[in-house]
Amino acid sequence: MTNSTDPAIAMPTRIERTARSPFAEFRRRFATRYGSMAAGVFLLLLLLGGVLAPWILPFGPDQFDYKNTLDGPSMLHWAGTDEFGRDIFARILNGAKLSMFIGFVSVTIGAVIGILAGLLAGYYGGWLDSITMRISDVLFAFPGILLAIGIVAILGAGLTNVIIAVAVFSVPAFARIVRSGTLGLKESTYVEAARAAGASNSIIMFRHILPGVLGAVIVYFTMRIGTSILTATSLSFIGLGVEPSIAEWGAMLATGREYMLAGEWHLTFFPGLAIFLTVLCFNILGDGLRDALDPKLDDH
Amino acid sequence: MNAEHLLKIEDLDIRFGKESAEMRAVKKLNLHVNRGETVAIVGESGSGKSVTALSVMRLVEFGGGQIAGGKISFRKRDDSVIDIGSLGPEDARLMRGDDIAMIFQEPMTSLNPVFTIGDQIVEAVMTHQAKSRSAARATALETLEKVRIPDAAQVMKRHPHQLSGGMRQRVMIAMALSCRPQLLIADEPTTALDVTIQAQILRLIRELQDEEGMAVLFITHDMGVVAEIADRVVVMYRGEKVEEGDVETIFAAPQHPYTKALLGAVPCLGSMKGTDSPEPFVIPGQEVAATEVVPAEAIDYSADPLLSVRGLTTRFDIGEGLFGRVTKRVHAVEHLDLDIWPGETLGLVGESGCGKSTTGRSILQLVDATSDRLTFGGEDMTRLSASSLQKLRRQVQFVFQDPYASLNPRLTVGYSIAEPMLLHGLETKQNAFDKAVWLLEEVGLSADHANRYPHAFSGGQRQRIAIARALGTDPKLIIADEAVSALDVSVQAQVINLMMDLQKRFGLAYLFISHDMAVVERISHRVAVMYLGQIVESGPRRAVFENAQHAYTQRLMAAAPVPDPAVRRRDMRMITGEVPSPVRPIGQPPVINTMDEVAPGHLVAREQARTVDAA
Repeated sequence: MTNSTDPAIAMPTRIERTARSPFAEFRRRFATRYGSMAAGVFLLLLLLGGVLAPWILPFGPDQFDYKNTLDGPSMLHWAGTDEFGRDIFARILNGAKLSMFIGFVSVTIGAVIGILAGLLAGYYGGWLDSITMRISDVLFAFPGILLAIGIVAILGAGLTNVIIAVAVFSVPAFARIVRSGTLGLKESTYVEAARAAGASNSIIMFRHILPGVLGAVIVYFTMRIGTSILTATSLSFIGLGVEPSIAEWGAMLATGREYMLAGEWHLTFFPGLAIFLTVLCFNILGDGLRDALDPKLDDH
Repeated sequence: MNAEHLLKIEDLDIRFGKESAEMRAVKKLNLHVNRGETVAIVGESGSGKSVTALSVMRLVEFGGGQIAGGKISFRKRDDSVIDIGSLGPEDARLMRGDDIAMIFQEPMTSLNPVFTIGDQIVEAVMTHQAKSRSAARATALETLEKVRIPDAAQVMKRHPHQLSGGMRQRVMIAMALSCRPQLLIADEPTTALDVTIQAQILRLIRELQDEEGMAVLFITHDMGVVAEIADRVVVMYRGEKVEEGDVETIFAAPQHPYTKALLGAVPCLGSMKGTDSPEPFVIPGQEVAATEVVPAEAIDYSADPLLSVRGLTTRFDIGEGLFGRVTKRVHAVEHLDLDIWPGETLGLVGESGCGKSTTGRSILQLVDATSDRLTFGGEDMTRLSASSLQKLRRQVQFVFQDPYASLNPRLTVGYSIAEPMLLHGLETKQNAFDKAVWLLEEVGLSADHANRYPHAFSGGQRQRIAIARALGTDPKLIIADEAVSALDVSVQAQVINLMMDLQKRFGLAYLFISHDMAVVERISHRVAVMYLGQIVESGPRRAVFENAQHAYTQRLMAAAPVPDPAVRRRDMRMITGEVPSPVRPIGQPPVINTMDEVAPGHLVAREQARTVDAA
């Protein structure tokens, strides 16, 4: 720092390390969390594989091969084939694209609605807060999967409705996280300073409060994608999600179930493994983000 | 070790952090405390004074530090000398409280909120002395009486939140004394307290020391407190001892440049006798002429005031019971009248809870307040519509106490400064950023600081940034709410000089809100003293400070510590009692003060109003 501001005593200010922007600080801290880095890389590869599957794999997800039905894993079919001779690995990789799409879009919709509701409820308080929080209490009181089943039962099966069902399920949690963060920041001095400088309510909410609660939101967002994938596959598994013929992990499990007792384990094992690893990786990634975003957990 | 020495620290090194980012908090420190002596360690934040105290208690390990070298010897009651640095964890635990006790800065958080006061002291006694519970209770009661807590038996049954800050600090002291330690370490024990309470606690520590023959290691940043209490002084600067000596020698003839700078920057109540105008601090190495002030004569009091408020009232409801029915109210500000003329500084002083901060916030409607009349720049703004409030918020800017909290950590400094200009649509985006850079240079920082984030700056620099931000909209009035209270003295002096300088150049008026009488004396043209939401005395600074009329003003003046050991034995008998609470049941509004003019512009509240309040 400049010495000109401290001329009395030739005192360079205390042991302050070089200035880092909040983002650079986050990057530095995240880089040391190897488990989360690995989880992130895995998810990235999975997504990349899903997108590039038509070009890098010799089989399409819906390519029938009646000569090789229900084959076990082999060098040619890494995860074996299903009852129509479709390559399970190709189906899993193509299904990754779909599952991640459902997870990401539904959580995004839920997050946007939840953030807005939480921000308004926390900032304005009063009856708006009461109503928002009571609605989220009601939503919380429903078992998640039951709520999703209910919504799909009303709207009908299909991809869009699955997304809506899973999104609704995410809204209350985001609303609560953002509300509690808003309640804290609302009283902070820099928000009061902004108000004293003449900032309007919307400027205060979106420029000064929202960025402050976004850290917690990002963490939850990441973990939520994992849970949402789980919910979406569950819906497909019980036949309320996408059409059973589509390469989707839950649907694959559902058809594979019939062959499980016949000893054809690979039909359920590999889709199950894909779900398990994906959800696990999202959770580990979320944990790492939380550690990196929380300055209180420094260097332990 | 000399037979007189109770505690001797030799070549102490304390380090924090791992090897890559290691920080030496204390370097080669030598220090001793004799029996029955009070040694003060003085220094600014980061000087290593608290860390030294924690290492004597062997508490520094719990904060991630370690004693990397040197020796700490302590003489026990039986005259055996122990090496504190090499004690095992269990021996260190037994030593704490029994041989050496410690009190901390924050009495609000040092007590466990779920146990009664009595239980906590009894526990401390039983840990160290083989006493039965009833005997321990008797000891607890005795020590509470010793620290002059009225009605000690009742206080034993209370929980910490039912006591005031001063009372809690007394309880902390009682707890520390309950095992009759030979050394009491007091780490900024009065920093969080009001001046009148601080005076009482300092006096108490001094008296108890005489009674018990106990030695005290007193950690503080406040030279006034040092002068009040210390026998010997150790000055620390960036982890090293730079000077040591008797309190008289240190104050009369400081040797090290840092000590001189520190003493030069300390505002001293009464140093402004005989002058009407504010005066900048003399900072060694800096031209005195660099700071110009607005002389008192330059302010035209016959003109209309810039800001005039009549009957400003702010009350907060306290809901109680199942249905949140309002049963009590905090009368934070009660029918307050305030005038500020263009270009002057009005100092608003009072103790915590008197409503001085709320007054500043009420003017800008940051809290819900009502007033009978509010004019700004001759314009009536009593009924603040959204547009006139916006206009007021452009011309009146605010500087807050905590420079760490008042800047948004996620915005660059340049953006934070430009923001008010953009909010009011005063400048285009590019112009606003250019002006932000110019303002940064005006407040003594450099242009390339604009793209950094607040965390890269020290407290003093952040407060400069906050001031730059306030200047952006070309305001007429800046409300500075304890704007220098959180800063180290040397930095505080610089920021005050800067504020005076800016006042002269830009014709600013300040409402300078502070609890620190000495700082207010330095910067103000006029002063208003606030007590229980009302002004009890106001007038030209010289009149109020040299001829204080109201009993409360006199009390405040007497309680302020003076950085001069020669004036130590002042009469402090009048400083007793607590600051009363502004919380009143519904339907019992306080009596509104009637003001008498004792001299031109010097208004004093009639005393009877105060006695009604006290009842």
